[in-house]
Amino acid sequence: MNLREQYVAFMTIIRKEIKRYLRIWTQTLLPSAITMSLYFVIFGTLIGSRIGEMGGFSYMEFVVPGLIMMAIVTNSYSNVVSSFFGSKFSGSVEELLVSPVSNVVILMGYVVGGVSRGLLVAMVVTLVSLFFTDLTIHSYFIVVVVVLMTSTLFALAGFINAVYANSFDDISIIPTFVLTPLIYLGGVFYSMDLLPEFWANVSKLNPLVYVVNAFRYGVLGVSDVNLPLAFVMIVIFTTLAFTYSMHLLNSGKRLRQ
Amino acid sequence: MIPALEIENLSKVYDNDFEALKGISLRVEPGDFFALLGPNGAGKSTTIGIICSLVAKSAGKISIFGVDIDEDFPAAKRYIGIVPQEFNFNQFEKGLDIVINQAGYYGLAPGLARERAEKYLRELGLWEQRDIPARMLSGGMKRRLMIARSLVHEPQLLILDEPSAGVDIEMRRSMWDFLRRINAQGTTIILTTHYLEEAEALCRHIAIINHGKIVENTSMKELLRQLDREVFILDCLEELPAAVAIDGFLIRRIDDHTLEVEVQKGQNLNAVFTALDVADIHISSMRNRANRLEEMFVNLVEGAV
Repeated sequence: MNLREQYVAFMTIIRKEIKRYLRIWTQTLLPSAITMSLYFVIFGTLIGSRIGEMGGFSYMEFVVPGLIMMAIVTNSYSNVVSSFFGSKFSGSVEELLVSPVSNVVILMGYVVGGVSRGLLVAMVVTLVSLFFTDLTIHSYFIVVVVVLMTSTLFALAGFINAVYANSFDDISIIPTFVLTPLIYLGGVFYSMDLLPEFWANVSKLNPLVYVVNAFRYGVLGVSDVNLPLAFVMIVIFTTLAFTYSMHLLNSGKRLRQ
Repeated sequence: MIPALEIENLSKVYDNDFEALKGISLRVEPGDFFALLGPNGAGKSTTIGIICSLVAKSAGKISIFGVDIDEDFPAAKRYIGIVPQEFNFNQFEKGLDIVINQAGYYGLAPGLARERAEKYLRELGLWEQRDIPARMLSGGMKRRLMIARSLVHEPQLLILDEPSAGVDIEMRRSMWDFLRRINAQGTTIILTTHYLEEAEALCRHIAIINHGKIVENTSMKELLRQLDREVFILDCLEELPAAVAIDGFLIRRIDDHTLEVEVQKGQNLNAVFTALDVADIHISSMRNRANRLEEMFVNLVEGAV
């Protein structure tokens, strides 16, 4: 296939993915808006008003970037894991596998589909957050870069999960038992300064710490971790996830017999 | 002439050490209508899976219109349209979207993709159902949707794995007419089927695979010529006498109006009618007891021939 044909195939996958999550918007877009609104009400307004300042900001201002990032992470991940596993389950992944479309186009098509859902939900959550606090952006550049890199990273992670999954249970195990704990322990609701030194060091192994703090820096201008280090870590994790995803596709593991 | 499909010494050993293919070789000429027959587990689906890249081969060589799949599989894939045995589309998508998306995976621009989707959905009688989610279609419609999807990039080689499964007789006949038409227009067709009548009605060449080996590979006419006997059922107008016998033929009275006659290779069937006429027995209709190809198939896979 020439480049133009590969581009057509790439756009076809993205269009299909966007159509899919818009068709079932009550399952894909609405829950995040409702959940995040509840977080804003409970943690931001009710409990937050008694906590006082965190990292030099009101608690509501402090949690908003983390909650937006939480929505991006969960949505970009769950879009790819459910869509790709669904296509494996129904057999429709064969439509792609028998076609001449290249593996990198297949992967990036699904990833961009997941990223687009992450961004759409992030916009919805950001709009909801404006009802609770004034949002000022410290650096649009950092915000955009971190959002794109993070959603790409977790869309790739969702793809890997989907390739290994054998049942619908398998696509909920990782989000429930790995992703959610990492998000909650990733500094969404608290500053790393509150942790004892040992646990603060352990937290540095959590990739969510870097994405949440890098995004918080973009919004508020403060971060618990060194910003260049955060970028390097996100790039490393993304590169590893991309390389492994391509290895799975090229080897045909769990996709071809 | 460059063959549409050439398979040389193709082997497949699965991870559980099951040897599905034991070095098969096959050649399908361009424009042919080719049947690949075999009992369940013989290796038909494995062969098709390897041709369309869903199964990795263990050894051997495959070329599609001269393109070696090991050298340029994407180029080889462009020649192939595949209709699998199982429904393998997203049941929640509309038929039109399924076909248009498939066109997109082959790099067809959106305008051309829609044009082709309309062409094949109309030809297969699905245009009125284009906006219905695929899960709402009947079994026969789903089967035809997969055919439309497989043709949208206008492949030169169409492979159909059990296309008539779950399709009613009327629908099957109209599908046969459609397949004959596209074959006449130049598309090479390879068909696997359990309906041997289907293979006999459609295909010019046939290969029979059993236990991972090709046990027969010839023209349909040549294969049927190998039949050493045929059994006919004769329906009689009048009530038959208690005993019916014709010299040189094995004949059996089934009931008051039905006879079964076994005709050996080289025997003249006219002799049967002459003898029955002399005995004042008149025949209203005649048919094979079983499909001729079916008898041959059973013989071959049981190793009797």
